[in-house]
Amino acid sequence: MSDPVIEISGLYKVFGNTPKAVMPQVHAGKTKDDLLAETGHTLGLKDINLTIERGEVFVIMGLSGSGKSTLIRHFNRLIDPTEGSIQVEGVDIMDLPQKQLEQFRRHKMSMVFQRFGLMPHRSVLENVAYGLRVQKVDKATRQQKAKDWLATVGLSGYEDQYPSQLSGGQQQRVGLARALCTDAEILLMDEAFSALDPLIRSEMQDQLIELQEKLHKTIIFITHDLDEALRLGDRIAILKDGELVQQGTPAEILLNPATPYVEAFVKDVNRARALTVETVMKPASCRISAETIGEALAQMKRCNGAFGYAVNKNGYQGVLLKETLEDAAKDKPEGALNADIYEDVSALSPDSVLETVIPDTIETDFPLPVVTKDGDLQGQLSRASVAEVLGNPVKN
Amino acid sequence: MAEHSWLTDFPAMDRSDLVAIRKTLDGAYRNFSREYGDMIEGFFDPLLSFLIWFEKLLLASPWWAVLLVITALVYLATRSALMSGATVIAFLLIGYFGMWDNTMRTMSIILVCTLVSIGVGIPIGIAMARSDRVQAIMTPILDIMQTMPAFVYLIPVVMLLGIGKIPGVIAVVIYAIPPVIRLTNLGIRLVDKEVMEAATAYGASAFQRLYQVQLPLALPTIMAGINQTIMMSLAMVVIASMIGVKGLGQPVLKSITNQYFTMGLLNGLAIVVLAIIFDRVSQAYAKRTQKHLGDNSHV
Repeated sequence: MSDPVIEISGLYKVFGNTPKAVMPQVHAGKTKDDLLAETGHTLGLKDINLTIERGEVFVIMGLSGSGKSTLIRHFNRLIDPTEGSIQVEGVDIMDLPQKQLEQFRRHKMSMVFQRFGLMPHRSVLENVAYGLRVQKVDKATRQQKAKDWLATVGLSGYEDQYPSQLSGGQQQRVGLARALCTDAEILLMDEAFSALDPLIRSEMQDQLIELQEKLHKTIIFITHDLDEALRLGDRIAILKDGELVQQGTPAEILLNPATPYVEAFVKDVNRARALTVETVMKPASCRISAETIGEALAQMKRCNGAFGYAVNKNGYQGVLLKETLEDAAKDKPEGALNADIYEDVSALSPDSVLETVIPDTIETDFPLPVVTKDGDLQGQLSRASVAEVLGNPVKN
Repeated sequence: MAEHSWLTDFPAMDRSDLVAIRKTLDGAYRNFSREYGDMIEGFFDPLLSFLIWFEKLLLASPWWAVLLVITALVYLATRSALMSGATVIAFLLIGYFGMWDNTMRTMSIILVCTLVSIGVGIPIGIAMARSDRVQAIMTPILDIMQTMPAFVYLIPVVMLLGIGKIPGVIAVVIYAIPPVIRLTNLGIRLVDKEVMEAATAYGASAFQRLYQVQLPLALPTIMAGINQTIMMSLAMVVIASMIGVKGLGQPVLKSITNQYFTMGLLNGLAIVVLAIIFDRVSQAYAKRTQKHLGDNSHV
């Protein structure tokens, strides 16, 4: 299951004239401010430990100055660490000599930049093909490939334009196409969408999600925008003053913030949009496996509830209410459970975003069933749990 | 010394000591030039033969053929009929006033000086851009080259190589090369950091970064440097004529000594015309190679 692609351990980065010389003080626990005041060195990154799995979108989040752009530049050694190891597929890239490092950058990783990093003197097509040109791929092949990727990002027909003739969103699509064109498995995205306006940004996010469903790349995405992080990330790491303060899935970060800093961060997030049904639902309180109305009523009494979910070997069948069952039992307690007795509600999908199920949840008096694609009952979602998650500020 | 106080008179070095220093340095340099002069002259021989060949080519070809080639080059570089027409008229006037041969000589020496300046200057500029230490060493040297009066460095050059074309070329190049060096350095240093990072991130080697990113992006700045270099070498032709470089400078020099106002003015104007043509053509060419910069005009 676990297949780590990148493993970073004990990574430190100190900026200054003699970074190595101040490392003992850093290890002794000197704070960033003290270090700057006493030695004139800036502590960029402190004891970073990360493992990134194959095929996941790993978001590194932090405010400006938190060291996130410094961190991402360590993955392809645009910046060398002061201490620590960076392993990519088991190879410590710190050991690579120059020639091999170039090969590594050509084939293993590609990068998308905040301000696009396009070459103004090259046409869009040449920009997209740049990675292949560096690899000395012949012209016809690289241009054909670049054309295909330009079409994928929706920029067919712009091949001969220059970057300055495109809008910001289009330029970043070119940046994305350039990154995809080398077929590198790992994609580094340094605040790739931060310079775009909100509408274009969300469009680009959709496009990235769509592409990722097809391509299954390992993506390391840097952002200062928590909504973006929650939307894209399979896992999120939060960076503050060069230190990792929390790592986890979006739901973990939202529901269990590790420090007051993270808490303050997640306070303003639109949780209805960030959380899925799965993360909020409770286990089903009353499963009814009976076949007749009388047995069902008896089982429901044992759960002490006014409702229950009928399940059989084929999975979830429907919602039963005590009232309905009692009425039906008066006529025919030995009658079989059938569609007439089940309540007329649709089940929720565990992957749905909370926002989309709020109306249904609020309208019904009983918790709605959460049913997987295969038809299994996974849990229940009551309006109380929705209200709790959306309304309550996070507890310490 | 005793009667003078160091408070009223500057405590200068003894006159005899100064003479001794001068004698030693002059003597050492004279010995050096006697010893190695021929060798250094030999080193410059290929340049000299090229210069002579080119000058002969311009002088021996029929004037209309030379004019045709020049006009064609101007048109290719600028794509402007107006500029080409103006060039034809300017050269016809120059010929009509009897300055054709001297103009050809000046053009050939300017061309050689510009080529030498580019060939030597751009690599030095690249080295400066790549290393702060090289920049720290080169900057004061460039300052000296630009401010030291040309006559001062003419002396050792003439002592070493005598009077002639090569010393002239060296003097012109020393004076005219700093802009191309400085602007190559500046242009490379100004290349957008993120574009450089992108090139590195895609695995470009140092050589690929230089040829695919730095030089193309620095080109407008480098072209401005080359343009300045051409202008400055034209400004040097009169001084170069003092050490035997033939061309438009010599009649000007003659005019100064004999007070021939009109002759000086005509030859001076011919230099100006050459300068304007070189300037406009090189700028138009630089602009046309930068089509990606788009139309930056504002209303």
